[in-house]
Amino acid sequence: MITREEVLHIARLARLELSDTELERMREQLNSILTYIDRLRALDVTGVEPTSHAVPLVNVMRDDEVVPPFPQDEMLRNAPDRVGEFFRVPRIIEG
Amino acid sequence: MTGTPIHELTEAYRRSESTPTAATEAFLARIARLDGELGAYLTVTREQALRAAADADARYRAGKPLGPLDGAPLVYKDVLCTRGVTTTCGSRMLEGFVPPYDATVIARLTAAGAVMLGKGNMDEFAMGSSTEHSAFKPTRNPWDLTRVPGGSSGGPAAAVAAGLAAGGLGTDTGGSIRQPAAFCGVVGLKPTYGRVSRYGLVAFGSSLDHIGPFARDVTDAALLLRAIAGADPRDATCLTAPVPDYAAALAPGVQGLRLGLPDEYFIEGMDAEVERTVRTAVDVLRGLGATVERISLPATPHALATYYVIAPAEASSNLARYDGVKYGLRVAGAKDLVEMSSRTRAVGFGAEVKRRIMLGTYVLSSGYYEAYYGRAQKVRTLVRRDFDAAFGRVDLIVAPMTPNVAFKHGEKEDPLSMYLNDVFAVPADMTGLPAISVPCGFSAEGLPIGLQFIGKALDEASVLRAAYAYEQATPWRARRPSPA
Repeated sequence: MITREEVLHIARLARLELSDTELERMREQLNSILTYIDRLRALDVTGVEPTSHAVPLVNVMRDDEVVPPFPQDEMLRNAPDRVGEFFRVPRIIEG
Repeated sequence: MTGTPIHELTEAYRRSESTPTAATEAFLARIARLDGELGAYLTVTREQALRAAADADARYRAGKPLGPLDGAPLVYKDVLCTRGVTTTCGSRMLEGFVPPYDATVIARLTAAGAVMLGKGNMDEFAMGSSTEHSAFKPTRNPWDLTRVPGGSSGGPAAAVAAGLAAGGLGTDTGGSIRQPAAFCGVVGLKPTYGRVSRYGLVAFGSSLDHIGPFARDVTDAALLLRAIAGADPRDATCLTAPVPDYAAALAPGVQGLRLGLPDEYFIEGMDAEVERTVRTAVDVLRGLGATVERISLPATPHALATYYVIAPAEASSNLARYDGVKYGLRVAGAKDLVEMSSRTRAVGFGAEVKRRIMLGTYVLSSGYYEAYYGRAQKVRTLVRRDFDAAFGRVDLIVAPMTPNVAFKHGEKEDPLSMYLNDVFAVPADMTGLPAISVPCGFSAEGLPIGLQFIGKALDEASVLRAAYAYEQATPWRARRPSPA
């Protein structure tokens, strides 16, 4: 069973702030879903290779050509906060 | 005009019996009249649609239409990037986001002359089976407004069913095209993984995401698939295999075709009416000359649990990009970067998306990775092996699309009971195999039921051919809903 502390830890890893109510609800629901998923433990998968992709493709290559990039101003238009050609974020370095 | 398939509509344009503008105006008028109640659209691109229709008019007048989709009024799920047109993924996180480019599928349909009517509603970030998880509004089922249209592509499915678009595009990661197609009584096709470029599709589960058409009939689905399929240098997972003329290959029928009917797709707890209707449909196929044999896909009972490890894992990684920095929502007043992201994500994401991000982060986290994610990837191999073995004996698999008909709004509050609704849909996503849902009848209450065909990789032609033979032998496509 997943504990309240584990839910908090996962929420921190996932960068999700959860209210106390959300936290408890999340714990219950994750436990219910994980209990269902636990049925996979009964399967013998010894020696079975994993599938990461439906279609096996390896190293799709193309020529390394310079193409015109998207205009910078257009790409920055959706930024929630910008200064000139930069994204602005809260200060992360002291001083 | 709003009730006819695309191929009949464009045939009418060619004969000068109608014009793209007349059709587009008719659809826009119907949207204005009905969509307040139905909730199929998040954005209606009226001016843009009328301009595109006028251009198509001119091409028909000059006797030079671009092809069988020129002037076809379509709806696109709001997870597909459209240059200059808001693309929200049904999320507060992307409210007001305007992509600077078109998804490849959008660019290809535009080049084929299609007219975009607007962007279709969806469960937030394509996570859900009911379109109740859209951050903006629920979509209603045109056959019964108290019921869900399915999801996550519920908006486009409902729009096509109700005559609010002639066709459209959705995405299918765990059934999100085929399940709403079944619930709304339209055709929904999920092509082979890699058959259609994902460039410009906002990612959910990258190894599972597919783009495909919604259509009134199988012919339209074939035409739409041909227009969007094929190699794209912008998506390295997109396959380079040539794209056949699917519509031209529909006619031969199912005579001599070997169909497999999997035991595991008839489960305890499924709706007896659905089972009966699907078995009757299989009898019709037998009557048309197909041979039907029982097969077993023994890993099926584990497919859904596997899906709910792999899809959330990929989602938790893909959705890490919504950090409030580059685009989308940002919550003001945070004192540092981590707090800014954490609070932005708390406000921007809805409950279902948070649940999947948490689940995905958990199964990928240190100490649990091998037990969950590693094991799920191995079970995915078992699911694939089942299909490989079955396709040694049969040409196509035929099965029910869903265990039940459309359920009521608010009926599936428990996340797990919602997930179970996709039990017959997820195996084709996990294996990347092409699959279609085609209407095969109605419940006593008048709700549509879907028949599913699953084919070999890249054999969309056989999937479409069988669906077409069934469709032509049955009267279902003539019945349309009449939303108030």
